[in-house]
Amino acid sequence: MNYHLKNGRIVDPASKIDKTADILIVDGVIEKIGQKLSIGADGETIDLKGIVVAPGFIDMHVHFREPGQEHKETIATGSRAAAEGGFTAVCCMPNTNPAIDDPSIISEINKKAASSGVPVDVYVIAAVTKGRQGKELAPMMELADAGALAFTDDGAPVENAEVMRRALEYASMIGKPIIQHAEDVSLTRGGAMNEGSVSTALGMPSMPPVAEEIIVERDLTLSTYAGAAYHVAHISTRGAIEAVRRAKKGGASVTCEVTPHHFALSDEEVRSFDTNTKMNPPLRTKDDIEAAIEGLRDGTIDVIASDHAPHSYDEKQVEFAYAPFGIVGLETAVGLAFTELLYHKVLTLAQIIQKFSINPRKILHLPQLRIKEGETANLTFLDPKFEWKVDVEKFHSKSKNSPFHGRKMKGKAIGIFNKGILHLGSREDAG
Amino acid sequence: MALSSRHLLGIEGMPEQEITEIMDTATRFLEVLERPIKKVPTLQGKTIVNLFFESSTRTRISFELAERRLSADVINFSADASSVRKGETLKDTARNIEAMKVDMVVIRHSAAGSPHFLSKVVNANVINAGDGSHEHPTQALLDMLTIRQKLGKLKGVRVCIVGDISHSRVALSNIYGLRAMGAHVSVCGPKTLIPREIEKLGVTVYHRLDEAIESADVLNVLRIQLERQDRSFFPTLREYRQYFGVTKERVAAAKKEIVIMHPGPINRDVELSADVADSGASVILDQVLNGVAVRMAILYLLGAGN
Repeated sequence: MNYHLKNGRIVDPASKIDKTADILIVDGVIEKIGQKLSIGADGETIDLKGIVVAPGFIDMHVHFREPGQEHKETIATGSRAAAEGGFTAVCCMPNTNPAIDDPSIISEINKKAASSGVPVDVYVIAAVTKGRQGKELAPMMELADAGALAFTDDGAPVENAEVMRRALEYASMIGKPIIQHAEDVSLTRGGAMNEGSVSTALGMPSMPPVAEEIIVERDLTLSTYAGAAYHVAHISTRGAIEAVRRAKKGGASVTCEVTPHHFALSDEEVRSFDTNTKMNPPLRTKDDIEAAIEGLRDGTIDVIASDHAPHSYDEKQVEFAYAPFGIVGLETAVGLAFTELLYHKVLTLAQIIQKFSINPRKILHLPQLRIKEGETANLTFLDPKFEWKVDVEKFHSKSKNSPFHGRKMKGKAIGIFNKGILHLGSREDAG
Repeated sequence: MALSSRHLLGIEGMPEQEITEIMDTATRFLEVLERPIKKVPTLQGKTIVNLFFESSTRTRISFELAERRLSADVINFSADASSVRKGETLKDTARNIEAMKVDMVVIRHSAAGSPHFLSKVVNANVINAGDGSHEHPTQALLDMLTIRQKLGKLKGVRVCIVGDISHSRVALSNIYGLRAMGAHVSVCGPKTLIPREIEKLGVTVYHRLDEAIESADVLNVLRIQLERQDRSFFPTLREYRQYFGVTKERVAAAKKEIVIMHPGPINRDVELSADVADSGASVILDQVLNGVAVRMAILYLLGAGN
């Protein structure tokens, strides 16, 4: 199928393009960009007046739970949620059961992804250590050859400094980054929320911010020593953000991502005892949110990633201390970025596109996407003016565990184009 | 007067006049407890379940006695929360019990916020009998009633809570209640047992017991939980006793009468020396009696609304 995308606002910061024009797509390739184009009878014309056409977004931190916990999410349902959320690509974290520490699991995931029914590229970030046990290195070269873009034991940190050193050295040899879930677990044992005035007021077992900062500081030292690329997953504290800023100034090869919930919500939310406010790293203080905002603004924080972590309804319908960590995020990430960042003048539209597309692709060594004639069409369609209210029942993810239910948003991804396929989401009052 | 909430989940946010109302009601029930026949028909036909997911002797007995004095039908359910976790969820347990037409649920649980969760999934009135290290509202109410009896007021009274503040539900509920009533509250203990930023709750922090005693009218001494010693919060019990134990000598040095309270059970000669616990300044047994009266008051005030 060929497409005539009419009157869209093309925003491609890498090519320094921001203009309203028509796009002709033939066999999945951008054939022509210009004014008042037309297409033959076998093509479809879509009016994109008021819609931003951006290079395809990638969410480099999602948990699709397959294999092992298909009752929470599958590759197919997760991919659908990604498409609805405006992502043409995702990176699956390896904390499945079994963990993604063997090439055979990657080929299984690739097979499932091919039949997901939506044009979403499903990439894999494989385990650093066998079984994510933190002891022996996983076969990183084999995993990379099978398609792994990076390595992490996410869900848990690589605790041992020597293992981390060897992982950084080994991964740097093949040009892959190590992504760390930065948490000193000896400081967080039993904790269910951030340590601070709110945990004190609630008598809740807590996780101090220094638990994250200690590991980030250690890893920055190690990665510089090893000459490796290091990426901090879901950075959440002022101290950690400042450490990354200092390291970047010193020329270290370090990057980091923040989740929308860590810039949109503070630990005050836990006062409700709603288990959808429980995640790891936990919601931090208003001061940490300010630090995240500053970090996004000055480029210390490179990427926005959702840490999409589906859990079934019943798993979250328990005492706060017993509930699993994590919330779904694919279908609210773009809305939150627009509502909290674009409309609060933290980031420009071009900067949002950088953090959802250009930077994560750079970190993962994926080809940059350009909206130019001759390029493969890999696009995200955004309606910046669209006002909507989050309704978890309308999520396409299998799980509905979101603290944003009922929240008003302005700005939404309304569709994607990838692999020659146009996928338009619902523009209703939906997720 | 009924209470503004259908549940008693905590003291945080409870207005002063409501705390006073509960204490006044409890005072009237104290008179009932002095009668030869100590039972009134107030909650006749009501069914109350005591859901205890954590071992407790005195709180459970106190609640049960209060319930029976008010003529309610009482069911006791005790289980170790960890064993329940493996099987039925709290939600299912509570809903099953509620399906048997229970009017009120008294819950003790090791996880903070469990009563709040329960109040969202059942229709019965929920009473918090202690949730983790969060709140223990009836304990704070009985503590405040005891201080009011002894000193005639709460406003301006200086209360120091001594011991393991971090893991205490008694401390938090007392802080919320006493602050609402206009008392001055301080806490004293090793830094490792004082939660961060507790000053934000409006309390003064001491690490020297003598200084704390000097500026207090009441000492509420908390139990040191010996079973927490797998995580080292202080070096030895001997050292704790020496620097944070409330002894006759320390109290005498204050040169004024200091009211001594303890929520029990006491580790004699650890956090509180036996001679102080049994002295005339101790109101520990008054606390126990007031506990029954306060729980009767709560059950009455919540049950009356149904």
